[in-house]
Order: sequence, then C-alpha cells, then structure tokens
Amino acid sequence: MRTHGFVKLAAVVATAVSLAACSGAGGNGGAGAPQDGAASAPGSDKPLAGTELVLVTANHPWSEALTPLLPEFEQATGIKVKVENYFEDQLTQKLTVQFTAGSATPDVFMYRPLQEGRLFFKNGWVTPLNDYVNQNADYDFADFSQSAVGTTTVDGKIAGIPIVTEREILYYRKDLLEAAGIEAPKTIDDLIAAAKQLHDPSREMYGFVARGQRSPLVTQLSSFIFSEGGDFITDGKASIHTPEAVKAMTTYGTLLKEAGPPGVLNMAWPQAFGVFAQGKAAFLTDADSLYTNLTDPQKSTVSDKVGFAVFPAGSAGSKPFNITSWGLAINERSEKKEAAWAFIEWATGKDIVLKQQQKGNPGARSSVWDNPEGVKAFPDELVPVIRESMELGVGHDRPLVISVGEARDAVGEVVMRVITGEGDIQAAANRANELLQAVIDKDNK
Amino acid sequence: MQYSWFNRNLRWIYVLPALLFVLLMMVVPVLYTVRLSLFEWSMSAVSPPVFVGFANYAALFRDQRFWDATVNTFYFTIVALAIEVALGLAVALLLNRKFKGKNIAKTVMLLPMVATPVAMGMVWMLMYEPSIGAANMLLKALGLKPQLFLASMTQVIPSLILVDVWQWTPMVSLILLAGLSTLPADPYESADVDGANAWQKFIHITLPLLMPTIVIATMLRLIDVLKTYDIIYATTQGGPNLKSETLNIYGYVLGFQYFKFGYASALLVVFFLIVLALTLLLILFRNRTRDAL
Repeated sequence: MRTHGFVKLAAVVATAVSLAACSGAGGNGGAGAPQDGAASAPGSDKPLAGTELVLVTANHPWSEALTPLLPEFEQATGIKVKVENYFEDQLTQKLTVQFTAGSATPDVFMYRPLQEGRLFFKNGWVTPLNDYVNQNADYDFADFSQSAVGTTTVDGKIAGIPIVTEREILYYRKDLLEAAGIEAPKTIDDLIAAAKQLHDPSREMYGFVARGQRSPLVTQLSSFIFSEGGDFITDGKASIHTPEAVKAMTTYGTLLKEAGPPGVLNMAWPQAFGVFAQGKAAFLTDADSLYTNLTDPQKSTVSDKVGFAVFPAGSAGSKPFNITSWGLAINERSEKKEAAWAFIEWATGKDIVLKQQQKGNPGARSSVWDNPEGVKAFPDELVPVIRESMELGVGHDRPLVISVGEARDAVGEVVMRVITGEGDIQAAANRANELLQAVIDKDNK
Repeated sequence: MQYSWFNRNLRWIYVLPALLFVLLMMVVPVLYTVRLSLFEWSMSAVSPPVFVGFANYAALFRDQRFWDATVNTFYFTIVALAIEVALGLAVALLLNRKFKGKNIAKTVMLLPMVATPVAMGMVWMLMYEPSIGAANMLLKALGLKPQLFLASMTQVIPSLILVDVWQWTPMVSLILLAGLSTLPADPYESADVDGANAWQKFIHITLPLLMPTIVIATMLRLIDVLKTYDIIYATTQGGPNLKSETLNIYGYVLGFQYFKFGYASALLVVFFLIVLALTLLLILFRNRTRDAL
C-alpha cells in the first residue's frame, strides 16, 4: 500500500517536472510562469510547488477573465494549472463520463450547482468543503452572500464555492416606453398592459420576449411563480398545480403567445436576447448576468436604449430568483486536494472576485458589492437593481431535485400548452405535478 | 509439426484481428447495452445499478413520448429516404450523360456531403431563422409569406428533411452512378434495334438492372437516416415542444439529461432491433430481386 502510494507520488512529481521542462523548452510565450520554480524543494514557502492541477471550465466570461490571471497564482504557489474549456452541455457530459469512470482528474471543475449539483454530490463525486472554508481567516467565508452559499449547499455540506451569481430582472427599451408615456412596470399586471400596448407585429415590433423552449424557460418562469406566492416544490411535495403556479405559468405563456415574436417556441436565451438586441422587442425578462449582450454596441443595435428594472411584483410581491449559476468544486477522487483548495481559495478570494466583477462577472462577495471599485463595470442603472434583487431574491430557480432535466421538462410542458393553446391548462398542470412528484419520490428512495 | 498446425488454421489466424476488432468494438458495447437495459442506474458511484428485469421495457411501451418519438423517426426517415433515392437517381442519370463541365458538376455536387453535419446544422439554423434568416428573405423577395420553419411544430420535420436531402442525396447519386457505369451496353443496342424510346429503355432496362444497386444505396441511407442525430441536435434538440424528437434524440435526453441509463439502454436496444429488422427486410428484398434476374 505504502509503496503503491510512493510510486504514485513519484510518478506525479516526475510528470510535473517533465511537463515543466517541456513547457520551458517549448517556449510557452514566456508568460512569466515559474518554470524553474516547479522543481523547487518542498519545505520552502511554496509547499505545493511542482503540483499540476487540471481545471475544467465552461466557456463562460468568468473563465475568460480568469485565464490571464493564472500566471499570478502559478508564480505565487509554484502550482501549475492546466485549463480545459468546454461548452456548457459538453462540460456536463465530460464531467459525468470522467467521474463515472472514477477518474482523478479534473482536480477542480466549474459546475452548475442547481443543474448538476445534487446529482454530483449524491453520486459522491465532489469533496465537501466545510473543513476547508475556514482554514484561513483571511479568506473570510462569511463574506459570501447567504443565498449564494445556500445554492451550493446540499444536505448541510458545502459542495462548491459560488463564483457567478445571477438574478432575474426586467430589461426594457427606454426610448419606446418614453415615447408611449409608460413608466417602467412595477407589477406583472403593468408589464402585461405595457407589452400589449407596444406590441405591433405589422412593424415587426414585439411587446415581450423571453425563453420559449420547453426546458430553458423554466428558470425564467420561476420568478413569475415565486412572485405569485408559489414554488415548484412546497414542503417536499410538488406544487406546480396550485392556483399560484398555474396563474404564473398562464401569465408567462400568454405574454409570449399574445405579445411575443414569431418562433418563440424555439428560443433559448441567445435567440431571445438576439430579438431584443435587434431592437424588435420592448421587454425581456432574463438573468442580469447576461446584460452585456444588450449593452455591447458590437452585439446590440439598441445598446444605449436599454433600461433595467427589478422584476415586477405579482400578488406576493417581487420575488426574483437570486442564485449561484456557477460554482467551483473539487473532485472527490483528486489526489491533489490541498493544491486544489489553494487554487479555489485564490480564485474566489477578495482580490480575484473584485477583478472578476470589474470584468462584469457578478460574484457572491458582499464586500466586493459594497466596494465602489467592484461595481464600476456595471451600468449605473443596473447596480441598484442588482442590489435590490439580491435582497428580495429566492435561492433557487428550478425544482431542487437530482433529476433536474426531467423535472424541468415536466414543468415546461405546461407553458408549452399555454403558448400553443392546446387543451386544458389545469389538467396539464396536474399531470406535470404528478411527474414532478415521481421525480421527487425517486430522489427520496 | 508447428508449421502444419499453423497451416491448417491459417484461415482462422488471418481473420483473427478483424474478429477481435468486431468483438471488442461492436459486440461488447451492444451486449453491455443489453445488460444495462435490465438495470436501473444513474451513473452513481455510491448507489450501484439495481436489477429490474424487463421493467424498463414495460415502462418504455407505456411511455407516450417513446411512441411520439417513434412516429417522428419514421416520418423523417420514410420521407427523406424516398426523396433522396428518387432525386439521387435523377441526378445520377443526368451525370451519366456526356456533357461539358461534367467533372466540375460532380465535384460541386459532393460538397454538401463532405461538410460537417453539425456545422451545416448551424448554417441551416441561421438560414431558417424566422426574422432575419435567408430563407424568409427569399420568400419575402418572391412575395410569399414568411414561415417559421424550425420554430413551427408542423414545419420542423419537413425543414429538417430538406437539410438531410440537401446533404445526403449526393451520396445516393454517387453509388447509383457507379452502378450505372457497370451496366452492359448490349441490351441498349438491341433495344435501339427494336426501336424502343428513352422512357421504355429506362423502365425496362436501366431500372431492373440497377435495382440491386438502388437497394444497396437505400439500405445504407436507411440505416443512416434512422440514426440521424447531429443535424437535429444542432438545430432543434428535438423541439419545438418535442415535435422533432426522434428515438436517437430521446435516448440521448434519457441518458445524459435525465441520467436514466437503464431506461435509455432499453430504448436503444429496441431501436437497434428496429434498425436490424428493417435492414434484414431490405436484404431479403435484394436477394429476391437478384434471384429474379
């Protein structure tokens, strides 16, 4: 056993050294990586020097902003970080396949706590971080927003550290509302009235756009449900057949049906933002983290006309979701957990979170949100909207189950019925509720 | 001694590498899928697969979504296949004549086939886009009403069929063209002597002689069309409202989105049997046409 461990360690060290040598010979652009430092003896101020970490990230602005900062970490610790980048869906597949195979890599990975978090955790694929987060007082774990940490916590265990947070807000066209003499809607009823008033299909101008694809729409529907006083699951029982939820699903579907653009059934967020960015829609509800798609003049023809508002209030007030959309976690089978944690501590420390927010990636640290430097990158009008949404927010945006995909499809089906105008909505909601309950029961088995 | 043993078993030794390859890369995965289809498993490292017998199959046959996906699969396959074979034959006959620029025409015709399906799916998705896509621009320029294409529950499968036809008709043509070039000249000469017209020659000589090749082309396309995954996943992922969800897409969703690996395996086994049955039927048909000659 001991020999085995030693051989493994030796292999790791040898690989790390030879890799470092390779990158030196390869002339890796000389980004300042400590190529000689990699072989430095342990016991110095860089006890983890020479370790090579594999980091798997999603193709996301957060990873884009992090990559150029990595040499800083490598220099400080002597740890080498190898980054692999995937699109969202491929990322899930890649992780699932590697974890199922019991692979020790990646050491650190980016994941979606609400989409895969429970599955990964219950399958024993992620390391609980409860013992790690308080190792270093400077890290100040209490600084993380409570609902953000709530999102990444499963059964009282911290499965991951929040890196990107988001809330649902209302985007609107300032110029159109002004021309029509309408105030930014404060309630869902106001939104419906305004969207219908501005809806003019003959001029290719649509009142309201949002996701209309069965599964993707569920997260954006959640704020409508919460704001009517409902939820997907209440006290462990599926509750999408309640009057509150049915009202919310009818509102969402009807808005898209009666004031939406053509082809809404095939829209996930890129298409919905595309319609708005081309100046063809007056209102859009989606996550605040995607705002640059509308304010960047390269991507949007209405970049200077976008207004932001807190999610409009329903009969239970304004209750947008406020969630951690991405987190960092450690592979349970990683052989380099110390180095992996050192990396996470750095990547989610105050300095880097500040730098991330300066690039427009909303994080979870209160101190950074309170810091004027930390909100500089966001449009002035967006910052108060984010702050207020953080206070009002609910910590999930989809049913909290293991089989999220199946649950989302069940919920989305009801909205499909509203948009296509097929059949009895309450009956569809009852059926969907049974499906959701079956998913919950399976989890508890 | 050793040498003679070697000699006696030579025929086995020569096929051994091929045999091993087929066993490892084809038979083992299929058997593993069959085995997995009798279990309930969510890829968990903590909770192992649970044996459930034929429960997955029983659930599958009660699953409306499975039947809808089966209908979609056959709708897509039958229409796409019919158009591809008919159109492919027409193109092959055209290219079998002598004309200037024939080689250029052949090369250009092959371009869709060599393109990556996922990339082409993306291109078609942009063209089909209802508000800014090229397809609607064209319709508007012709004074026609813009359409929803992939975003419409009724037009989505015909729209996807068009993509498949565009991409794979060339392959059918290519196979048929090869078949045409091997046809003997004598029957045509005697038909000329008898004063047969072009249509009669096509119906009574070309078509029967080409039939074995047509069956082969149909079979190859049949298997591929049934299994079409890439263009559907790249464009609609089975939407809108599951109206373009084929068996392959549903299998993927069950496995990689719902994490029901046993259930997904059961679906794939059923799908495998469907493909196998249809292929055997075609082979039977081919043998009969061959015997008839």
